[in-house]
Amino acid sequence: MKINVNDRVHEVTASGDTPLLWVLRDHLHLTGTKYGCGSGLCGACTVHVNGVPVRSCLLPIDQVNDQQVTTIEHLADADGSLSPVQMAWLEADVAQCGYCQSGQIMAAEALLKTNPDPSDEEIDTAMQGHVCRCGTYERIREAIHIAAKQTNSSGGAV
Amino acid sequence: MNTLTRRHFIRSSSMGAGALLVGFQLPALGDSPKSLERLEGAAESLMTDAFLRINPDNTTTILMNHAEFGNGAYTSLAMMIAEELPLDWDTIRIEAAPTEKQYYSPLFGEYLTAGSVSTASSLIPMRTAGAKTRALLIAAAAKAFDVEESTLTASQSRVAAADGRSLTFAELVPVIHAFKLEPPATVSLKPASAFDVLGKPTRRIEGRDKVTGAAQFGIDVKRPNMLYGSIQRPPIFKGRVKTFDASRALEIKGVVKVKAIDAGVVALAEDYWTAQKAARLIDVTWDLGDGDKWSTEGFFSEYRALSNEPGMLAEDIGDAERTLAQHPDAIEAVYELPYLAHATMEPMNCTAEVHQDRCDIWVGTQYQSNDRTLAAKTLGMDESQVTIHRTLMGGTFGRRASKTADFVVEAVQAAMGETRPVQIIWSREEDIQQGGHYRPLFVHRLKGCVDEEGFPLAWHQRAVGQSIMQNTKHDPAYMVRGMDIYSLDGCLQAPFGVFPYGTSYQIPHHRIESHNPPKVGVYPHEWRAVGHTHTGIAYECFLDELAHLGDKDPLDLRLHLTKGHERMHALLTTLRQVSGWDEPMGPQRGRGVASRIYSVSPIANTVEVTVSDDGQYTVDRIVCVIDCGFAVNPLGIESQIHGGIMLGLNAAAMSAIDIEEGRVLQSNFHDYVPLRFHQMPKVEVHIMPSDAPSTGVGEQASTAIGPALANAIFDATGQRVRQFPLSRQGFTLKG
Repeated sequence: MKINVNDRVHEVTASGDTPLLWVLRDHLHLTGTKYGCGSGLCGACTVHVNGVPVRSCLLPIDQVNDQQVTTIEHLADADGSLSPVQMAWLEADVAQCGYCQSGQIMAAEALLKTNPDPSDEEIDTAMQGHVCRCGTYERIREAIHIAAKQTNSSGGAV
Repeated sequence: MNTLTRRHFIRSSSMGAGALLVGFQLPALGDSPKSLERLEGAAESLMTDAFLRINPDNTTTILMNHAEFGNGAYTSLAMMIAEELPLDWDTIRIEAAPTEKQYYSPLFGEYLTAGSVSTASSLIPMRTAGAKTRALLIAAAAKAFDVEESTLTASQSRVAAADGRSLTFAELVPVIHAFKLEPPATVSLKPASAFDVLGKPTRRIEGRDKVTGAAQFGIDVKRPNMLYGSIQRPPIFKGRVKTFDASRALEIKGVVKVKAIDAGVVALAEDYWTAQKAARLIDVTWDLGDGDKWSTEGFFSEYRALSNEPGMLAEDIGDAERTLAQHPDAIEAVYELPYLAHATMEPMNCTAEVHQDRCDIWVGTQYQSNDRTLAAKTLGMDESQVTIHRTLMGGTFGRRASKTADFVVEAVQAAMGETRPVQIIWSREEDIQQGGHYRPLFVHRLKGCVDEEGFPLAWHQRAVGQSIMQNTKHDPAYMVRGMDIYSLDGCLQAPFGVFPYGTSYQIPHHRIESHNPPKVGVYPHEWRAVGHTHTGIAYECFLDELAHLGDKDPLDLRLHLTKGHERMHALLTTLRQVSGWDEPMGPQRGRGVASRIYSVSPIANTVEVTVSDDGQYTVDRIVCVIDCGFAVNPLGIESQIHGGIMLGLNAAAMSAIDIEEGRVLQSNFHDYVPLRFHQMPKVEVHIMPSDAPSTGVGEQASTAIGPALANAIFDATGQRVRQFPLSRQGFTLKG
């Protein structure tokens, strides 16, 4: 079957019930999207499908059809310049082990699209499905505020 | 050298090492092929030290002999190098150092990252490596420019002469070869007053890869033609395969093989999803041995009973038993702490590629010397035939320092007999339910009394729980007179075994006993801060009980008890100020405190809570003060405090692994529940200013948070929780 990932159409041979997560990781070798629980409980596998954050561990590949899938690998520009959210993550020195951060960043990107200047409470609500065991929640909040400020002051979209 | 020559140099340097030398009027090298060969080699790269390689593109590779799992070791170690060798920070490249003796931890004598000692044990070796390389490059530049070494300055991966001429480190490599220069045998290190890098808040060196998805964890390893493996594990830990029927599994397209290994029955397939589906369809008959007779309730009841019996004597200061007998108002309490899983975000995994005469292993591990030993044993190979390629780790909290090398050995077994590499990945359910490596369950029985002024007078504690170290390769180093020092860490007032610190408190009569009952059921395993994860709660909560008994403010009490411990006393004095300890709390609010020493560093924190009538509570504020000696990277230290606090809070509030008839009841994040965003308040971190030698920060913050939380709940409600987690005693963290 064909799937559209990061603005490219890929031909994939996998059984239809294979979650998008494992197609990305094992078939396309896009390993930035992480496996954490396999049950939609931790958010590590979050990607965008038509711009909306989705748990790729729960989405069978045969339901993806021609929707646009975007992964963490596609946030930076082709020249390597990072998105405002990624930049903010570095500015706030968010990552510790870093394993959950792809999912956290994908969620933050989506949040800022619908709410360009979220409060701490709105961040907590939007991000509550995303687990970190290292203790980075505080710096994630900080990074989202930095990204919001950056984006709003430059007048551009995230 | 004038500007023109400088340009000439840059142009010619791209032509190879021979051409490079023209601009420098080096002494005649003759036509000796050997000399030329050395120059050609120089264009490749140069190991100036075991830890450092200067590359032709003027990047510098640091070989890291401590693992990175969020602990910040890669950043701290790079800072140590950069302090002595002025590098362009952006051109540092990181490589995991191979499993060779020269890279073993000087403290452990093994290739092991553990015990919150990476920073302390690396400062001298890494700074020395940097300083020796700097001296070598300066010597080379002096030759190249024909000037005195003292007139040269190094900065940003380059050495400059007083007249403005400069060469990059890479450009100096051929000069080093040409003059056969060697690093000096000894070097002097910079005084702390001249530090440019150490002590400055520094962002994570591998940070960029962790926001682009490029970071390589063990689970991300892709080898050509690799098979993915999923294991059906026994329903009880240590069960063995009797027979299995793989016919249904083998019907699935993409399944290549199903076979029994020690860990269970493994399905090998073209992708992980297929392997996992297949593993679940294997019909296995298990030999459960006596594994189904263990239960957490059974352990608690047995250990509770044992806590009434005299144990092995670890410490006996004064005469606690007699003093307690003479005080009818003495109190007694039993604290019970459950098994805990590590639940790292990246589940265990390992990739093995077995050839006839060697084996390559890719794995995120804290303990690669042990992994290699056990892998070689499994393979029947010499250790030199086994190569461990260490990756980044998606968390560990101790899990990835496996004495049994369980996740490595099983991957090697799965790959043996296969012509293709095999990657084994654990599901979350395997990780939580079937991994069998947990923070051991503990029961502490404590008795205490106070003097006429209300200060603690006598303390008698028995710790009952399975030993982590007994009958492992760390026995006898971590066993003292038959007692596991990790079972008692944070209980004794005096140093014990290899732990050179006590509680920081002075109670006149202090008796500590230990029971390490037989190691049955699951594996007792290190979990961030190890012994303190249970002793911290038992000790600091019971100290709170004595404060209540003696009508003392809990922080006053600790200040009184630490009069003989300058660092902890100063730290607690600071905590009193920065936490606003003396400000009154409103109704339904409470404040708790606890202080601990782990791996030499004193730490203390306060917790403020608001508790509703129905027992639901919020954690409103956490203030933590740590004294880790000279703070190498304040930004990294703050991260470690955030992490330790969160994991400790999570555990005390809501974590437990239960076993019934040998089966673990919890299986994923719905019933082994991680802390979420809105449950985690801002943590205010204060680092005590210090010029003392640096000590650990990685595990310390997990020690004092649990008891401070329980003490805060008591302060708010008057209810003392002694069986953990709090969620099972009617106190639910809102969320």
